Amino acid sequence: MRIELERRPGVSKLFSILSPFIALGLTLIFGGIMFMMLGKDPVAALYSFFIEPLTEIWSLHELAIKAAPLILIAVGLSVCYRSNNWNIGAEGQFIMGAIAGSILPVVFYEWQSPLVLPLMMLLGMLGGALFAGIPAFLKAHLNTNEILTSLMLVYVAQLFLDWLVRGPWRNPGGMNFPETRTFDATAILPEMIASGRAHWGFGFAIIAAILVWFMMRYTLKGFEITVLGQSQRAGRFAGFSSRKMIWFSMLLSGALAGLAGIAEVSGAIQQLRPVISPGYGFTAIIVAFLGRLNPLGIVVAGLVLALTYLGGEAVQVSLQISDKPIRVFQGLLLFFVLSCDTLIHYKIRMMWYDLSETAGKGTR
Amino acid sequence: MGIFEAMLLTIITAATPLVLAAIGELVTERSGVLNLGVEGMMVMGAACGFIATQATGSPYIGILAGIAAGALFSLLFGFLTLTLVANQVATGLALTILGLGVSSMIAEPYLGQSGIKLPQIVFPVLSDIPFLGPVLFKQDLIFYLSIALVAGVNWFLFKSRAGLKLRSVGDSHASAHALGINVIRTRYLAVMFGGASAGLAGAQLSLVYTPQWAENMSAGRGWIALALVVFASWRPWRIVAGGYLFGAVSISQLYAQAFGIGIPSQLLSALPYLATIIVLILISHNRRMTLINTPASLGKSFVPDR
Repeated sequence: MRIELERRPGVSKLFSILSPFIALGLTLIFGGIMFMMLGKDPVAALYSFFIEPLTEIWSLHELAIKAAPLILIAVGLSVCYRSNNWNIGAEGQFIMGAIAGSILPVVFYEWQSPLVLPLMMLLGMLGGALFAGIPAFLKAHLNTNEILTSLMLVYVAQLFLDWLVRGPWRNPGGMNFPETRTFDATAILPEMIASGRAHWGFGFAIIAAILVWFMMRYTLKGFEITVLGQSQRAGRFAGFSSRKMIWFSMLLSGALAGLAGIAEVSGAIQQLRPVISPGYGFTAIIVAFLGRLNPLGIVVAGLVLALTYLGGEAVQVSLQISDKPIRVFQGLLLFFVLSCDTLIHYKIRMMWYDLSETAGKGTR
Repeated sequence: MGIFEAMLLTIITAATPLVLAAIGELVTERSGVLNLGVEGMMVMGAACGFIATQATGSPYIGILAGIAAGALFSLLFGFLTLTLVANQVATGLALTILGLGVSSMIAEPYLGQSGIKLPQIVFPVLSDIPFLGPVLFKQDLIFYLSIALVAGVNWFLFKSRAGLKLRSVGDSHASAHALGINVIRTRYLAVMFGGASAGLAGAQLSLVYTPQWAENMSAGRGWIALALVVFASWRPWRIVAGGYLFGAVSISQLYAQAFGIGIPSQLLSALPYLATIIVLILISHNRRMTLINTPASLGKSFVPDR
């Protein structure tokens, strides 16, 4: 059997909407098979993975908490990927944002004022943007591959955080645990709805998604991003600078990842620890693609992937299996999303007969 | 055994997986395919190699399992990027994410088990040569394989007809197709070779470097291997030079700690990653040199028109 692709005359509207859903469906089927192989009832497993977390108010709050960083980061990444800049180091920018934003509550902990929170958020964005500025500078001016440099910097950021919380920033009254002091109340991001848990990080995510969506759809900048991403040459004829675009897209995604970092630390963890992210920066790559690089799609996709984190925790309790299937689910999902995207541009034909037959008919 | 000799031995052990993964990726990239999933294939090789060794008691079967796991896993990448023409960068990332997930799931029961170390193969007379003997002729099979593989790839790419075809596919898939070369099949084979080498590199980690299983035990080596290919400007022997340089950097932390040099251990752990960035900068700031060496069709999808 052979599989052949035939280019569609235009983009299939139907499949650009359907493809993420087909991918989700396929992931569920494969996930079910996986649970069966682990010796669990697939229906019950999938139920507690994907439905149960949605049935209680507190877990909806958890969903918003986990979705916030994913959406924020992925919205920034979508701008990068659309303009053909492959920032895959958002995890590091997330961490550096968290560190930069934590300077106030950790080092200047005695300063308590309503100004602290907004300044923390700004510092977080600055920290993430500066850290993303390194691969941006290297790509724009020294022609260095941004994929590798941005990824290498993730390890550097993780080690830097580890050093900080074990060394200079360790809580002096913390029994030698590798943690910073807990943030003062004035440095904690408030809840969005009173008596819930979800903090304003989710609000930031929605606002960022809408703003970037507006920019992509209605402004010249958005057009510039799309043109440069599809053809640098065409962009140059239109007078767009791909060098400036590298800076713009990387700094924007770095700032959003940094904001995600400080919002997570200030809203959910309330101190720095050696590990502050269960891989949000990498999962956000999946979110960006599942959302088809569209900020509004990314909001939905972020909620779906946040659900995989919650579902993973849920099955740990209800079925006594480890949290490892989460990563498998996420990886599978990205695979299916990428393969289903083929349907948007191509018709897929299964060729059951021999190639020579086709040649004989003169179709080649 | 002198300290210098001991150092060389650790460098070799640290460098071998880098060399193996990079030489595989070099062939893949020479055919015009950029597979960013090296990390994922490597960690799959490490997991499957370890599991097979524990199950059978033979590290040699472990090696085979590692190779097979890497090759099969790379087929997934091949199917998506070659048959379904999905974006190579994104698919490579997917392969890495999936590999890290699947490996940690299947090898979870083996966490904390002590493994079986791959035995050394001692060449009778040669290994008695002072200094060089123990370094070069008292090593495990995977080390010998890594050197043989580099020599073999060098011969294949530049001296054989099939190698010429592979390079032509990587430099201009349209012309190669017009000449009647099967572009897709060539690329599938190159991707699988890359996968097999990465799998072998992974098996080295769990059978030689540290004979046990730990989650994410490849620790970014797959990415460093990718950088090595750029560093080597797609030339096989330069991979060895680069790989050993990185091996030296990555073990420097052990020695710095042993000598009690007062540098934070985290900074030393970050050295290989920082070194990678610096090397990439040095290599790529010369735009023209990069352009000459890079396979011209690298990362571009090919759909035969009919």
